[in-house]
Amino acid sequence: MLKVDSIERGIVIDHIAAGKAMKIYKYLNLDEANFTVAMIKNVCSKKLGKKDIIKIENVLDIDLDVLGFIDHNITINIIENDKIVDKLNLQLPNEVSNVVKCNNPRCITSIEQGIEQKFRLVNRQEKLYRCIYCDQAYDPNKQDL
Amino acid sequence: MLKGRHLIDPMDFTIDELNSIFDLADEIIANPISYADICKGKLLATCFYEPSTRTRLSFEAAMLRLGGQVLGFSSAESSSAAKGESVKDTILTIASYADICAMRHPKEGAPKVASLNSPIPVINAGDGGHQHPTQTLTDLLTIRSLKGRLSNFTVGLCGDLKFGRTVHSLIKALSRYEGIRFVLISPEELKVPQYIREELLSNEHVEMTEIEKLEDVIGELDILYMTRVQKERFFNEADYVRLKDSYILDKEKMTMAKEDLSVLHPLPRVNEISVDIDKDPRAAYFSQARYGMYVRMALIMKLLGV
Repeated sequence: MLKVDSIERGIVIDHIAAGKAMKIYKYLNLDEANFTVAMIKNVCSKKLGKKDIIKIENVLDIDLDVLGFIDHNITINIIENDKIVDKLNLQLPNEVSNVVKCNNPRCITSIEQGIEQKFRLVNRQEKLYRCIYCDQAYDPNKQDL
Repeated sequence: MLKGRHLIDPMDFTIDELNSIFDLADEIIANPISYADICKGKLLATCFYEPSTRTRLSFEAAMLRLGGQVLGFSSAESSSAAKGESVKDTILTIASYADICAMRHPKEGAPKVASLNSPIPVINAGDGGHQHPTQTLTDLLTIRSLKGRLSNFTVGLCGDLKFGRTVHSLIKALSRYEGIRFVLISPEELKVPQYIREELLSNEHVEMTEIEKLEDVIGELDILYMTRVQKERFFNEADYVRLKDSYILDKEKMTMAKEDLSVLHPLPRVNEISVDIDKDPRAAYFSQARYGMYVRMALIMKLLGV
C-alpha cells in the first residue's frame, strides 16, 4: 500500500470527490507553489467510497474560499505540531472568478476574449450562482468544473 | 445620488432613486422649456450594435430636447466591432469623446462589460433577450402618471410571457410595490419562466393568478400590458388556431373592461391590438412612448448630475 507521510504543519484538504483533486490543485494555483504539496488520488473512504486528498506542508495562508463553490463536502484540517488544531467549515464565496465559464451562447463572454468569467451567489440556501453579465444560472449538473 | 452611476438592470436603483427620476420627469413634462438647455455642451453617444429605431430615437430626442448633442452608430457593421474591437476598448474610446453612453447590443451582458470599464455613465438600451431597463422605467412612469400611484392595483400581462424581456423586468420592478395583483394571461407554451413564478409566489406583497384567456379576466384589470404572440412560438397549429384570438385585444373585449383601464404595449404592435381601439381613451400605448422620452430625459440628467 502506498504510504504518504503525515505533515507536521500545514493544511490537509480532505474528502475531495475522487478525481477532482487535480482541478483543485489548479484552482488553488498549487502548480506555481514552491512549497511541498502531495496529491493523493482514490484513497478508500468510509464516507465517499473513494476520495482524493491534498496535503500542503508548512503553509497556512492559502485562500480556500473557492473550494466552497467547487464542493462543499470538502473538509479542511489545519495541522500544527502533528495535530489537527482547527477544522474549517467551507463557506460559499459571494463571487467566483475564472472558475467556471458561462455556458449561455448569447452571453457576451461567449464571443469576447479576455472578459473575466464571474459568477455571483444569489441564493445561499439553494447554492445558486448566476453569471454577472447575463444572469445565467450555474448548473453543476450540466457544467463540469 | 445617481450622478456617475450606470443603469444596466431595472433593479439597479432603489424605489427612492426611481421616484426621484419620476419626480423629475413630471417636472420636465410640466415645464419643458426650463430644461431645454440644461445639457448644453454635453454629448450622448448612442452605441447601437443592432438596429432599433424606436429606442435610439427616443434617447436622441431626449438628449436633443435637453439641449445636448448626440453622436453614435446604429449597427455593428458601421462600428469598429466589425473589425473585431472589444466592448471594453470601444467604451474607453467613446468615453474620450462623450459624457454619457446608451448601448444596445445583441449579446447579453455587453453593456455590463462596458459599465465595468467605463469612466462615463452607461445606460443599457437593450442587451439581447436579457434586460431593457429604460423600457421598465417607461412602463413605471406611464403607470404612475396614469394611475397616480405605483401600488394597489390589478395588472394583467397578456401574450408571450416566456420570452418577453419587458414583461419579466416589469414584473420584477412592480413586485417591489405594495398591493399588486398580477394576472398572467398566456397559452401554456408561453407562461412566465419558473424562476419568475417562484419569485412571485414567495413574495408576500403580491398575488398572482395564471389564466389562458384574456376575455375571462379583462373586467378585473386596472392595467393591461399587451405583448405579441408569435405563431412560431406554439408547439402545434391546433393550439395556435384555438387560442390566437384570445391574445388579440379588440373592441368587443374592451366592452368588458373597466372604464379606467389603461392599455399598455412596449411597441411595435403588429396585430395583437386592433387599430379600432387606438382612439379609445383607455389606449395608452402611444402616450407610453412619449413617457419613454421624458423618463430618458430625467435619467440622462440624473446620471450626468446636471
